[in-house]
Amino acid sequence: MTGTKKQRIDALAESTVDKPEDSGVSLAASAWRRLRRNPAFLVGAVITVLFVAVALISPWLAPHDPAARDLADQVVKARNEIPPAQPGHPLGGDPQGRDFLSRLLVGSQQTLMVGVFATLIGLAGGLVLGTLAGALGGWVDSVVMRAVDVMLSVPSLLLAVSISALFARPSQFTVIIAVAIVQIPIFARLLRGSMLAQRGSDHVLAARSLGVRPGAIVFRHMLPNSLGPVIVQATLVLATSIIDAAALSFLGLGNPDDSVPEWGQMLGGSQQVIDSHPALSFWPAGCIIVVALGFTLIGESLRDALDPKNRR
Amino acid sequence: MALLEVRDLTVSFHRRGEPVFTAVDGVSFEVEPGQTVGLVGESGCGKSVTSLAIMGLLPKRGAKVSGSVTFEGTELLRLSDRDMRDRRGRDLGMVFQDPLSSLNPVISIGLQVTEVLERHRGMPRKQAMAEATDLLNKVGIPDPTRRLSEYPHQLSGGMRQRALIAMALACRPRLLIADEPTTALDVTIQAQILALLKELVRDTGTALIMITHDLGVVAGLCDQVNVLYGGRIVERAQRHELFVEPRHPYTHGLLASIPRLDAARGQKLVPIPGSVADNIPWDHACAFAPRCANALDVCRGQTPAEEWHEGRLLRCHNPVEPAADAAAKEDLRV
Ligand SMILES: Nc1ncnc2c1ncn2[C@@H]1O[C@H](COP(=O)(O)OP(=O)(O)OP(=O)(O)O)[C@@H](O)[C@H]1O
Ligand code: SF4
Ligand SMILES: [Mg+2]
Repeated sequence: MTGTKKQRIDALAESTVDKPEDSGVSLAASAWRRLRRNPAFLVGAVITVLFVAVALISPWLAPHDPAARDLADQVVKARNEIPPAQPGHPLGGDPQGRDFLSRLLVGSQQTLMVGVFATLIGLAGGLVLGTLAGALGGWVDSVVMRAVDVMLSVPSLLLAVSISALFARPSQFTVIIAVAIVQIPIFARLLRGSMLAQRGSDHVLAARSLGVRPGAIVFRHMLPNSLGPVIVQATLVLATSIIDAAALSFLGLGNPDDSVPEWGQMLGGSQQVIDSHPALSFWPAGCIIVVALGFTLIGESLRDALDPKNRR
Repeated sequence: MALLEVRDLTVSFHRRGEPVFTAVDGVSFEVEPGQTVGLVGESGCGKSVTSLAIMGLLPKRGAKVSGSVTFEGTELLRLSDRDMRDRRGRDLGMVFQDPLSSLNPVISIGLQVTEVLERHRGMPRKQAMAEATDLLNKVGIPDPTRRLSEYPHQLSGGMRQRALIAMALACRPRLLIADEPTTALDVTIQAQILALLKELVRDTGTALIMITHDLGVVAGLCDQVNVLYGGRIVERAQRHELFVEPRHPYTHGLLASIPRLDAARGQKLVPIPGSVADNIPWDHACAFAPRCANALDVCRGQTPAEEWHEGRLLRCHNPVEPAADAAAKEDLRV
């Protein structure tokens, strides 16, 4: 990964206009062949499948109710005593006396869900704005792109914190919205670049020479060709969304109701006892990092696989 | 009345931070119904820009088009975007140089062919599919039903160009513009595609503007040939006259090393010393003067005007004398 964020997005947009060679295999097939051989992709895929599977079955996997304060009698606030690991509770309890393993397992649901929804909403917003800017050009393009540039010049977490601070009552929903808004300019820039690159391309010119209407040009002849870069970017954004969302929860800008566990919020709750009980911070932090790493590995290897320069 | 009348067509590119560049400079020619007209010249002489201007496909911003292009009496340059769109693909078709990049890589051939039929002939999908099968058959694509469900990368180069020709001719336009349709293809395929075009325009009565830098293509196909240099027509003649007695020194130079269809792929004509880069502006001179063997002093001081010489159009102060070409005539007879 070299260059600024903007340069990387633009490079990805450029890759839409590649000329497939006559290799006799489809683009998807040749990309898949290279993916399968890439160890980074395999590691990322294993991590992702594992975490998603755990999230799906966590309600049955969790040994205890993540909201129940089973071990409350072992918590002594004054002496900083937190339930240690014990039979039935392999990771012990959290500072409220709830089973830590159960919370960790069930917490994956919220974390993944927030990441996925934030990415989807960001994608939808960016798709509309970027396509409009690239297809219409002119002042629409100027206005959208100035806004996008401003937003991209602010560090994403700072922007997410500022946006969620605007909401009177923080909740899981406000976290999703804040993180999604931060992702919109990334997708907008990508789509706009891809549209611009295709506007002068041969197949669009050929379609225009047949009298194809502008709407059909955009939706049938341009957008589908942007799909590859969009999927790559969405996978990478998923990783940053998860981290950003966790950071917001950690900072207390997430769901105040902690009966539903979430990794960022668990991390925030363990913060005061990090010296005496580092494991309580290690587990949620580790999970966030590993799952984000999984998506990043997949995204990066997808990018390489779809890169026309690497095609064989 | 001519099918297409191009009068004084001028295209200049105005780009910010760059000097104005006139790519096509007062070009006039006509195409009669069913006629095949050649537009010949080296790379950069304005062939593609001329065809894009006729089709109304030049970028709105940056390209200034003036003059007149009338098609069956209608002034195309003044049509609204919508009206011009309705004509493209229906009255005027175009085939481009690179068949692979001219097809949409993510849509099946069938969808791309039926799109035109649905657009201009209002066919429902099913009927359009049947018609598309027919069309692919006509352009010589074997097993058309299977090909319709395939994607561009699964077809060979020649087949892709056949599919594009099928699309351009799907609505039976009265004029087809082929912009170097064989340049990107293998030699044997080139001959096949040319034969196909010849057959199609003969059978359908479609007029054809054949754009090429390859005089060999012109020889087998065109009724009339326009030779372009530096954005202007320098000679126009019937095919036979042009080949037997080229009068313009540039045409003469091109013919001096007439390429054959069996020549190596990608062979470029470099029959004349120098390159287009040596052009001087037409303003007060002949743009070809720096490379011309016949150049006189007047060639560098005065623009040669278009003049009629014995049934042909010439733009030259000192044309090649017909007698000088007795040897070339001999060559052609062999
Ligand atoms: N969109 C554009 N903006 C600026 N200049 C252009 C544009 N399109 C073409 N030109 C210039 O116009 C001139 C004529 O180009 P054109 O494409 O018509 O050449 P051509 O005769 O078709 O050559 P070739 O055999 O290479 O296709 C060239 O010098 C080219 O650089
Ligand atoms: S006008 Fe002069 S320089 Fe130009 S082609 Fe004729 S003889 Fe050559
Ligand atoms: Mg050209």
